[in-house]
Amino acid sequence: MARRLWITALIVPPLAFVALFVVYPIISAFAYAFFQWHGLARGEFVGFANFYKVLFTQPYADWTVNAFTHNVLVFFALMVLQNGIGFLLAYCVWRELPGAAFHRIAVFLPVVLSTIIVGFLFKLFLHPLFGVVNISLRGTGLGWLAQPWLGQGSTALWSLIIANAWHMVGFPTLVFLAGMQRIPGEILDAVRMETESEWVKISKVVWPLVAPSATVVFTLLFVGSFNWFELPYIMAGVDGSPHKSTDVLGLYFYRTAFGDQSGSGQDFGAGSALAVLIFVFIAVFAGFITFRLRKREIQI
Amino acid sequence: MSAATETYYDRRGILQMLGRDGLIQVILILNTIVMLGPLVIMFFAAFKTNAEIFQSPFSVPDFTNFANIAKIWTETNFLRYLINSVIVTGSSIVLILTLGTMAAYGIARYNFRGSGFVLMFFVAGLTLPLKLAIIPLFILMRDLGILNTQLSLIIIYVAMGLPTTVFIMTGFIRTLPNELEDAARMDGASEPRIMWSIMLPLVRPALVIAGIQNVVPIWNDFFFPLIFIQKDALKTLPQGLTTFMGEYTTDWGILFAGLMLSSAPVILIYIILSRQFINGMTAGAVK
Repeated sequence: MARRLWITALIVPPLAFVALFVVYPIISAFAYAFFQWHGLARGEFVGFANFYKVLFTQPYADWTVNAFTHNVLVFFALMVLQNGIGFLLAYCVWRELPGAAFHRIAVFLPVVLSTIIVGFLFKLFLHPLFGVVNISLRGTGLGWLAQPWLGQGSTALWSLIIANAWHMVGFPTLVFLAGMQRIPGEILDAVRMETESEWVKISKVVWPLVAPSATVVFTLLFVGSFNWFELPYIMAGVDGSPHKSTDVLGLYFYRTAFGDQSGSGQDFGAGSALAVLIFVFIAVFAGFITFRLRKREIQI
Repeated sequence: MSAATETYYDRRGILQMLGRDGLIQVILILNTIVMLGPLVIMFFAAFKTNAEIFQSPFSVPDFTNFANIAKIWTETNFLRYLINSVIVTGSSIVLILTLGTMAAYGIARYNFRGSGFVLMFFVAGLTLPLKLAIIPLFILMRDLGILNTQLSLIIIYVAMGLPTTVFIMTGFIRTLPNELEDAARMDGASEPRIMWSIMLPLVRPALVIAGIQNVVPIWNDFFFPLIFIQKDALKTLPQGLTTFMGEYTTDWGILFAGLMLSSAPVILIYIILSRQFINGMTAGAVK
């Protein structure tokens, strides 16, 4: 009896906490999307009206498509710039040449910094007049390349993507590195007997054997790309300026739910509908990606 | 000989000169320059005036010029933000580790009906991005009357941190041997006594991993303060930084000094504990 009481005392407080502040809000998030909202007060049940509004009525429909397209672009660009370069760097560090320990620490350093710091730092660097990027270009006779990087639609989103890649490339690097370090030495010795080609070694041996790391890194990048909020918020502002060229689902959801710069247009109904759509999209595709990638993992 | 073959031989020459390992070294050194360069520029600029920053962004400054840093210390709420971040992050971590260890210990050391379900319940939270439940959370905090308090942030961070922590701690506590526990039980020690004096000292390594995995995202978080906190005196460091960056838009020395000061604590701790940081932050991703 005392034992049962003891187990209850251990389990119930944390369980209640998660129930109240994780499970209940997430269930509510689904429910709220089906109601009309008057400011902070819940109104009448409206079925799928909020979903219809954000998906099929203007100007919401255009905004939704615009933001979603940007998220997709961000995901694929970071797949190459962050995970691709991360794999390459992991392979380089894995050789354990002199200095590898230092490079390993250096590549992960930006990862521990707040996105807010990284966002502001790059915003200052990319300033059209006083930013170090344009100053350097002018100083080396490449002044014609100097751009208002964040001020024009053609370069703004890519600037954000590069800032994100700089910030986070250390994460896939070290996850891939951990995967490589688990490859048994006998396998690598056997490969060395068979071929001299680095390419064959990477594509036929290392890449397949770090598949579990790839599964994790790809899935996390997917979830992260479609949750992207802080960096665009700091570097481009809540409206995804200029002219919504950097708008992503996270910003769009925030504006819809809590109002834009002027504080107007707060709509919890449409906001909840967007949250549900983003949530379901992430859950379905992240599940699918994990499932497909798991299948190609090999047990050593 | 045509130009094309010449460049081909040139390239081969470079590869032969450097060798495979040489090429790898070049890639790594270039990458490290790219990784550290922006931080070095930031660090230098924190000691410069506007004119120096615009004319020679790469030059080494006079490190005895503390004008920017002094101005931040005296004219802004920077110290207040820093203290707020320490309070919020510290309380959250203590609560996460306490509650997380309690749940994990109960699940891992005792066989009771539904223990598998309880673990599932916690772990389900791992995959749910709590950001998307921000509207119900906002309303919940309002109903509890704790909007615009540090308690609202601490609660959210504990909720966010518990799933991973329970997951990591349960896995670890399951691996502990039974012998010590059984011997103590034979000697008549109570269950709480066994947990506190015998088992908890053994879980310290896992607590470090779980602590670091939580401390970085909580310390760096911006989203929840943005929604919950309006009062300037309660703002955390990342949130306060946005206020500060908006106020001093023309004084770049101050801006860089602010960024430098907010990143310095994390960078210093990271350099000292890099192994633990790397293990902790990749713990969920590396099996």
